[in-house]
Parts: sequence; C-alpha cells; structure tokens
Amino acid sequence: MSDEEDDLILDELDDAELVLQMHDDLYDGMSDEIAEAVHILLKRDWTPYDILTKALVEGMRIVGIDFRDGILFVPEVLLAAGAMKKGMHILKPLLVETGAPQLGKVVIGTVKGDIHDIGKNLVAMMMEGAGFEIIDLGINNPVEDYIDALKREKADILGMSALLTTTMPYMKIVIDTMVEQGIRDDYIVLVGGAPLNEEFGKAIGSDAYCRDAAVAVETAKEFMARKHNQA
Amino acid sequence: MQTLIIACGALAREVLALIKLNGWQHMELQCLPADLHLRPEKIPDAVEAAVVAARGQYARIFVAYADCGTGGLLAARCESLGVEMISGPHCYSFFEGNDAFAARGEVTSFYLTDFLARQFEAFVWRPMGLDKHPELRDLYFGNYEKLVFLAQTEDDALTQAAQAAAQKLGLVFERRFTGYGDLGSALDHGNSGT
Repeated sequence: MSDEEDDLILDELDDAELVLQMHDDLYDGMSDEIAEAVHILLKRDWTPYDILTKALVEGMRIVGIDFRDGILFVPEVLLAAGAMKKGMHILKPLLVETGAPQLGKVVIGTVKGDIHDIGKNLVAMMMEGAGFEIIDLGINNPVEDYIDALKREKADILGMSALLTTTMPYMKIVIDTMVEQGIRDDYIVLVGGAPLNEEFGKAIGSDAYCRDAAVAVETAKEFMARKHNQA
Repeated sequence: MQTLIIACGALAREVLALIKLNGWQHMELQCLPADLHLRPEKIPDAVEAAVVAARGQYARIFVAYADCGTGGLLAARCESLGVEMISGPHCYSFFEGNDAFAARGEVTSFYLTDFLARQFEAFVWRPMGLDKHPELRDLYFGNYEKLVFLAQTEDDALTQAAQAAAQKLGLVFERRFTGYGDLGSALDHGNSGT
C-alpha cells in the first residue's frame, strides 16, 4: 500500500467491510491500521467485547489456521500478534469497565530452564482474547512458582510451555508435585511447546497437549464447560 | 563391510573431516537437507526413508542426529528401525560433550556451531524473518544474554562471523573451542563408545 491513491479510508467502510478489512490487516501485521479500526468501531458504538471477538480473535483464528497449514510462518504470526496486541491494549480497560464474560483463570508460564516464551505469549494472548483471565508467570519457572500462583490466584487452569527437549520433562515434576500435594485434580493442566506431542502429554499426566494457541483456547473452553457441568 | 552414516547436512563437513582424520575408509556419508534443522517434526520420516532405502546394502547404518528437537520421536523411530543415533539433545551438546554441556546448565545462551556461523543468514536471520522485520529481534532473543560460538575448528573468519552475528542479535559474544566433541566416538563406536 505504498501508493497514496491505493490507501484505503477505513472510516468509509461499512461495519461488515471494516471487520473483514481488520482480518486482512491482522493477517498482514498492520498494527496502526488495527488500532485505527478499533477506534472507528468504538465510535460506532460497538461493544469492546464484540470488537475483540468478531474482529481481533476471529482474525487471529484465521492466522492460526494458516500457520497450522504451513501457509504462514512464525515471523508473520508474530507480526499479526503484535497487531492484535495493539488492538487489545485499547480494548482491555474498556472490557474491564463493560464486564466482558470471564471463562476462567489461567496460570501460565515457561518451565524451569527454559527462556522461550513466544508460544506461551501467543497462547496467553489468545486465551485472554477468548475471555480467560491470565496470570502470566513468564519464563524459567520452578515448581513452587506454579503451585504458589495456582493456590494464591484460585486458578482453574495451569498452562505449561517448553521449547527444549531438555526442559519438557520438567512438566512432569510439576504435575508429580501437584499429585504429592493432593491438588492435581483441583486444576486443569494443559501443556504445549514445539517438541511435545500427545503421547508425552498423556505420559506426564497432563489433561491435554495443545498443538497451538487455537487448540489451547478450544481445549480450555471444553474443560471449563465440563467442570461447570460437574459442579 | 561398509558403514553408512546418515547425517544432518549441518554436520557434513565435520563428519567428512573425522572420516579423513581417522582413515575410516569403510564409512560412507549420506546427508539429509540441513534445513530439516528448522522443521524437526520432519526429521523422523526423512531419516526412516533414508534408512529403508539403504537397508541391506551396508553392514551398519548410523544416524548422525541427536534428538534435535524431535521430543524423543527420532530416538523411538531409530529404535524401531534397529539403528543407532547420537546421544544427547542436539549438536551444541554433543560438540561440547554431552556431560560437560549438561553440567553447565546454561539457560540464557544462544549457540552457533561452525556450520551455523557460516550459514547464519540462511539458517537463523532469514528464517526468523529478521531480514524483513528486524524489529522482531527482541521478541526472539530478548531473553538471551549471550551468544556462545562452539567452534569445531580454528578459523578466524568464522569467529569473526559469529562475533558479527552476536552483535546483530544484541548478545554478548563468547567463543569456546570444542573440536568434534562426542561426534567422533559416536560415529566410530555408536553410543557404547560415548
């Protein structure tokens, strides 16, 4: 869009066109355009929750599908995530004010010995967008950090991430400690990260291995629904 | 009787150097594309296809890969194929020596080998999209503190390239000469020799 005459005037689009344009802009990682479009929809009296779900989360869902299918790669996903983050930054305080639905509370962090947080940050952002409250413990977390946060925050879900073959076994240490303390069944435990797979998730006693951020959101929703049905 | 070494393309020079150095005339090298390094989930199938194609033609087939981000799937595949592979998580570890690497317990170091120093643009900078979006650098590398160049050979040009890479990534530079580490004994004896 380098030619001035090609520039799109976002404010001239109707709502449906603008939302589709936001999906495209998210896909292309255009954060300034996303911020502008969010402001336009707010001016048009859209609720922050609708902007979040129909424009941003839906846009990122499309990005997620193309990442899974090998059409997009990590750099493009990071740029898209950056654009979504910019939109969410505007919406977040408004969502609090307007009382958007809360699906549950998630403690999330990368395991001890591992400093990789790209995947974890994407999952946290998508879960937040879906309506989960996120307690992000960051990187390199020992078992005590996870367990303290779960108890302190009265969380529903524990999310653990690892990028390294050498650090992923630490997830089992966390789960085993939860079992020893008799608190394992109080929480839904989801795990993810590039070298993990479904068998590993089962072998260490997690509730589910989540292949990507979109799967993590759907899995978390599913487990929360089951939890409510049991209550 | 001949031995076939099925190796990651990133190890080609090192394996050939060891074959020459040790006079291992019974060894043949077949490399798989080095860019599998960027897609570890594809390594087990690629290795299996190479092993199956070579089966029956060699007295021994050895897989010159460590786990390399496959999360144990390559080890399981090699076991089912009845072939040995290199112990350890990745080449950074076996070049330094698996025990020594584990003992360091470094968390915030990003590693380059001779291959990666030579191919930094093609295997690190461009695949991460940093040529087009340098603003992503700190998202990838913000949690790292230093770049450790694990040097297999004494090569000033490679050291300079690794140092330039560290500067580009905004990391402190450290060079460690490792030589070929556990690679030689793994090729020669399998893991019983390491």
